[in-house]
Amino acid sequence: MLPAVDLFEYQGKQFFKGYGMPVSDGEVAFSVDEAVAAAQRLGTPVMVKAQVHTGGRGKAGGVKFAASVDDVQTHASNILGLDINGHVVRRLWIEKASDISEEYYASFTLDRSAKKHLGMLSAEGGVEIETVAAENPDAISKVLVDPAEGLTEEAARAWVEGANLNPAATDQAVEILRKLYVAYTEGDADLVEINPLILTPEGRVHVLDAKVTLDANAVFRHEDYAQYDETQPRDEREEAAHAKGLQYVGLAGSVGVIANGAGLAMSTVDVVNQVGGKPANFLDIGGGANAQVMANALEVINNDPDVRAIFINIFGGITRGEEVANGIIGALDAVDIEAPIVLRLDGTNAAEGREILAPHLNEKLVMEPTMLDAARRAVAMAAAAS
Amino acid sequence: MSVFVNKDTKVVYQGLTGSQGRYYGMLNRDYGTNVVAGTNPRKAGTDVEGVPVFANCTEAVAATGANASCIFIPAPGVFDAVMDAAEAGIEFVACITEGVPAHDEARFFNMLKRDYPGVRLLGPNCPGIITPGECNIGITAGHIAKPGGPVGIVSRSGTLTYQALYELQQKDIGVTTCVGIGGDPVPGTSFIDCLEAFEADPDTKAVMMIGEIGGSAEEEAAAFIKDNMSKPVSSYIAGVTAPPGKKMGHAGAIVSGGKGTAAAKMDALLDAGVRVGLNPTEAGELMAEIVAEL
Repeated sequence: MLPAVDLFEYQGKQFFKGYGMPVSDGEVAFSVDEAVAAAQRLGTPVMVKAQVHTGGRGKAGGVKFAASVDDVQTHASNILGLDINGHVVRRLWIEKASDISEEYYASFTLDRSAKKHLGMLSAEGGVEIETVAAENPDAISKVLVDPAEGLTEEAARAWVEGANLNPAATDQAVEILRKLYVAYTEGDADLVEINPLILTPEGRVHVLDAKVTLDANAVFRHEDYAQYDETQPRDEREEAAHAKGLQYVGLAGSVGVIANGAGLAMSTVDVVNQVGGKPANFLDIGGGANAQVMANALEVINNDPDVRAIFINIFGGITRGEEVANGIIGALDAVDIEAPIVLRLDGTNAAEGREILAPHLNEKLVMEPTMLDAARRAVAMAAAAS
Repeated sequence: MSVFVNKDTKVVYQGLTGSQGRYYGMLNRDYGTNVVAGTNPRKAGTDVEGVPVFANCTEAVAATGANASCIFIPAPGVFDAVMDAAEAGIEFVACITEGVPAHDEARFFNMLKRDYPGVRLLGPNCPGIITPGECNIGITAGHIAKPGGPVGIVSRSGTLTYQALYELQQKDIGVTTCVGIGGDPVPGTSFIDCLEAFEADPDTKAVMMIGEIGGSAEEEAAAFIKDNMSKPVSSYIAGVTAPPGKKMGHAGAIVSGGKGTAAAKMDALLDAGVRVGLNPTEAGELMAEIVAEL
């Protein structure tokens, strides 16, 4: 299972534009000079907007109105390099400024309990929907859409009317939200969100922000989604693991964790914590772990300078014990692993795997019979090496 | 007794001619599962180690009387494979394939509900189902499951399903049926579907439930247990120590906005009278206590 793909605002707007939704003209800029040139082409006034994968940009000073090119120069220099919730701003979106009469909120996502798509629309836009949901839940109009039936115009209209938008916005909102549903379904998105969707003084309904999360599992039918992969936020370790096709999440401890299956990997992280250790990561090598996958996993862990011991926890289903054993032996030949390894191996052909490994066991490679025993050993070894 | 599948279940393997389909199809047959057919439109008329291959499920059902299917088709073909099985009148479909787009899952789940309400879909992205000693459909290693009951297992995670079976086997506790429902956004079969079936099965006396962080399926299961179950339940939720905002492999396994935490799920389960362990071993020990009290 691949993780979801988060789009920057400008990518989201281009995505929406492809489905016929009204967005502002704009350009991406990576430097102050590019921002100024973009503003000159677009014509002021413009908005200078930080492109980061996190909320709260406005409060952090990452979104500014620029009346003149000089303003663009000032704001662009201030915003580039700004740290917003741990995300450093590397790119800006310069777009034509819009006059705003009213701000709305609109989104589609999957309601897992109902197993249907959930549309949410509110006349109270521009603030976080979680805040509206907590303080004034009646202000959110909801529609559940059966994925087998789709969103009819009738249902969309009833939904919009339930949100009490300005009556002048109704017809355009129905049209835009039906397009939003098409973008959500045909585009294989986990989430599409417009906040705010605005009504201008001239009576136009317009998309002013875009938050889109795509389902990476659907990349096979959207070849163009490959472009979003390189703009995903990852730390150095996560980037290295991603390049090797591994499911890795960096944590802050000293026990490197390798397991097969997301559930077992999570459980391994739990157990390491519970016996008094600190896991350095979550790493799921998935099914069919051959020598190459194991070598890649060990290499990624080995490159983490904080790792003092490695806990490999394998329960064979698709992964067979002898493959795991050969993988570890092959990996130890290929990579110079510094930290000691504790292995726990069970499941399909575990006995064969243990037999293959037996002659290779030493103080740097030990085996334990259970998950808890192995966790305790790994944590003790990490403590001894710190 | 068992739930969903037993010794009389006849299974067609959709994708039997592929490497995974062939490997697990034959392992399942060796276990004793009635592997009666395979499908592949380009290889109809051939066979895989004596198992006849048909163009589609309708032909396979007509020739062999298959009443269950197991899908090993790659993700892009899963939507059509599920509908092929449903159109053939198959009652139980286990989809092992991982990486199926969430929108496909949402569509075929609701199409089955509307047009083929008698079909039970398990998965996608699940290890399958095993009634030990009778029928193993999917990728579970059969030898880690002790036949005979009294415990039923339902799990959202693949490898933790095996871990649960193994913990019970180590304690010499048998299993009626073990159902891996998978961790995808729209699982065909839910915790509640399985709990309901185990509650109705006279041979299942207790249930072990393995959940994960993210979503609200465990909380919904807890509410069901509280209101509808007379049989004791032990549980473990993976991701007790997961940091918020990080996706742990599954799209489902994420703590966001303070929702979907292991703590909230464990509280809901404890409130429903479930015995909750902090790791799979503890959940197994709690189940051993339950079994000793039966």
